Formats: sequence, C-alpha cells, structure tokens
Amino acid sequence: MSVSEDSGFDPPTPACVVDARRLLCPMPIIKVDAAIRNLEPDQVVEVRATDPGLEHDLPAWCRVNGHRFLGVRRAGREVVGWVARGE
Amino acid sequence: MNMPSTTDRPTPVRALGLLSGGLDSTLAARLLMDQGIEVECVNFHTGFCIQSHTGAMRNPKPGAPPPRHDALHAAGNLGIRLHLVDIAEDYVRIVTDPKHGYGKNLNPCLDCKIFMVQKAFEMMQTMGFHFLFTGEVLGQRPMSQRRDTFPVIDRESGAGGWLLRPLTALRMPLTEPEKRGWVDRDRLMGFSGRNRKPQMALAAQMGIQDYPSPAGGCCFLTDENYARKLRDLWEYRGSRAYAMEDILLLKAGRHLRPAPHFKLVIGRDESENHFLSGFVEGRALVRARDLPGPVTLVEGTPSADDLVLACRLAARFGKGRELSEVAMVVDSGGGRKETHLVVPMPTHEIQEEWYV
Repeated sequence: MSVSEDSGFDPPTPACVVDARRLLCPMPIIKVDAAIRNLEPDQVVEVRATDPGLEHDLPAWCRVNGHRFLGVRRAGREVVGWVARGE
Repeated sequence: MNMPSTTDRPTPVRALGLLSGGLDSTLAARLLMDQGIEVECVNFHTGFCIQSHTGAMRNPKPGAPPPRHDALHAAGNLGIRLHLVDIAEDYVRIVTDPKHGYGKNLNPCLDCKIFMVQKAFEMMQTMGFHFLFTGEVLGQRPMSQRRDTFPVIDRESGAGGWLLRPLTALRMPLTEPEKRGWVDRDRLMGFSGRNRKPQMALAAQMGIQDYPSPAGGCCFLTDENYARKLRDLWEYRGSRAYAMEDILLLKAGRHLRPAPHFKLVIGRDESENHFLSGFVEGRALVRARDLPGPVTLVEGTPSADDLVLACRLAARFGKGRELSEVAMVVDSGGGRKETHLVVPMPTHEIQEEWYV
C-alpha cells in the first residue's frame, strides 16, 4: 500500500525508527531486518529512506519473511515505510 | 562441523540456496522445491551489486519500470524466505587482495564465489539446513563456472560435497544429498555452456515468466568504467583500502582529477545532486549561488587555487556556462562557506586526461 500525504493514512506509532537515508538497496531493508529482530510481535518499525526502491522492496520483504506491511508514504525526496513484526 | 550423521531422510529436507534473483538461481530453487525440499535462500550485499536501484541516484527515465531488488522479487514469486545479509565489510579483502586474481576488470569472481559459498555454508550449519545449492552452470562464466574451478570452490569454501548445483548436476560428481537419497538426481539438469535457451525452455515449462534479462551484469567490479575509477582511487590514495562511502560515490557523477591530490565528482541531474549533497563531510561542496547547476564534491587536499579551479569547472557544467562570470559557493563544512566569482572554464581548457 503506497499512500499519498493527503490520503488520510494514519501512520502508526513506531517502536523504533530506522534512518536509511543515502543508503542504496538493499541496505535499507537490511537495516529494517536488524531492527525488527529486537521487537516483539506487532511492534512497528518506521524506516526513512531516499532510495525509491523501498516502495516495492518493503512489501516484498514483508511478504517473504512473514511481517506485516503497513504502508509507505512519499515525503518530498524521502520514502517513509512502516512494518509490524510478524510472529 | 555439525553435519547430518545419518543417511535417513530428514523430514523435511531443508536446503539453503544462493539467490541472485536471476533465472538460473530461481530455476535451481524451483527444481528442488518441486521435489518437496524446503528451500530458503540467501542474498549477499557486497556493496558492488548492480541493481536497478542504482538508478535511484539518477532521475528516473520516462516509462522505466520502478526499481526493485531482483532477489526479493524472485523469492516472492517462489514463495520462499530470503535472508539478506550484508557482507560488505568482510568483502574488502576479497576485492583488494584476491588469491585467485582478477578477471577482465577488477572482478575477483572466483574468490567472490568461494567467499559467498563459505558464508552460506556457515549459515547452513547454524540454521539447520541439510545442504547448500547454487544456480551455477558449467561453462557459463569464464572465471568461476568452469570444470576446473568448481572443485576449487567446493574445497576452499569448506562446503565440499554439501554444495549441489541442480542445473548442471548431471555433469558433476554425486554430492552428499544425492548419495543419501535426499535429492532425486534424475530430476536434476545437465545444462552447460553460455546458451540460455535450455534455461528459458525450463522456465516456460515451469510457468516462470518474470525474470531479469540474463544480459544484465551483476557486479560493478566487472564494469570497465567503474573499475577505472576504483583503480584511480587506489592509485592516488597509495593503498587499496576503501570505505563504503567511496564505493557509493564511484557510482555517481562525472569524475575529474585535475591533479593527483584532488578530484571532483560532478552531479549529472537533480537526483544525483541530491545524492551527492549528503556526502559533504570531509569534502568540499561547490555549487552556483544564483543559478541551476550541478552539485560538485571536491575530494582530497585541494589548495585555495585548486578550489577556484574546481569552481570554474563546476560552473562549466551549470546553466551559467556561457556567462562571463558566475558566483560559486564553496561549502567546506562546519559552517565555512566562501563565494568565488569565477569565469566558467572553456571546454578547450578541460583536459581529456582529467576525466577518470
């Protein structure tokens, strides 16, 4: 789910925020992976990146690794995404 | 080494594969999955991987497909778990001092494959997989996929008989999972050579349609232009060391070295300018004060005169190139900014050998 800033999507409160700006794929995903390992199921990671590939990679990564993709949003030149840890 | 000690078939048999997201590794995974083997894969990040995401640094071309990570996409299509593992730090020694040497450019393909198989073999043992597999095909790559180099990979990685190559297995000696009856050899392939038609036919048979072009390279180190920039970096630093920032910057911009002690990286579009502007620490950033134009990073130990030359060069690539004078701002970090009024450098003064 990719959402625009005026779509009414209410970003969840994250348990941790990953700064992956200036990193190129797949490093933003690798950083999210490292962060989510420290969370409990259903806790949320927020990731901020400048690589637009995150829009497609984050949901794909969630799908193959059993996490819940909550959405991504473009914010200027940045992409912000949210993932809830799976079981 | 904690290897299975019995010939009893474990339930389920679990295999770990190296997945690039290309057709071969995808087919290798499917061949095993179709035998009821539980497959997971690993994809290693070396810092030199070419993904369409590298285009993330440039303005998108009209109509271009959105960037994506091929291995993630392939794993999604296969319905398997993918482990993305960052090995960039350890990989430095493979690039700087490869035991088996380089290929045509700075590609240490054989050392790279040994290293990746070794890392995957460690994961295989710690994560409870029963064997390892790759999508390698005999004779497909000139350096790492040869009859004489496969045994080197098996031996030096430590994987030995625990590494299966499903696409070319019928041309290879039996591996442990085949000997133990965990894998049905009759359902593996005997592909060889550079012809991709057998793989494409198998893909069609399996209903696999969405895979990246086999012509696409997978590593910047095989790229002549990139290798030249990396050699330049090593030569003028006096050592083969590199940091992750260095190899990222080699992927972006025009690189000009007017003198041994400093180099310019000049952005080629708005996205690249934005990317470069994040690397100002330890460098000087030059851009026009009042006009559109590139972000230019100056690396090394430029003198005051060198920075003026950098301003003139940067002005040449901006909208003010035809003006008699352009105001250029040099940001040296820590709030230190200087403005220079410079004459944009005429094209004939830019020496061909400055281009890296």
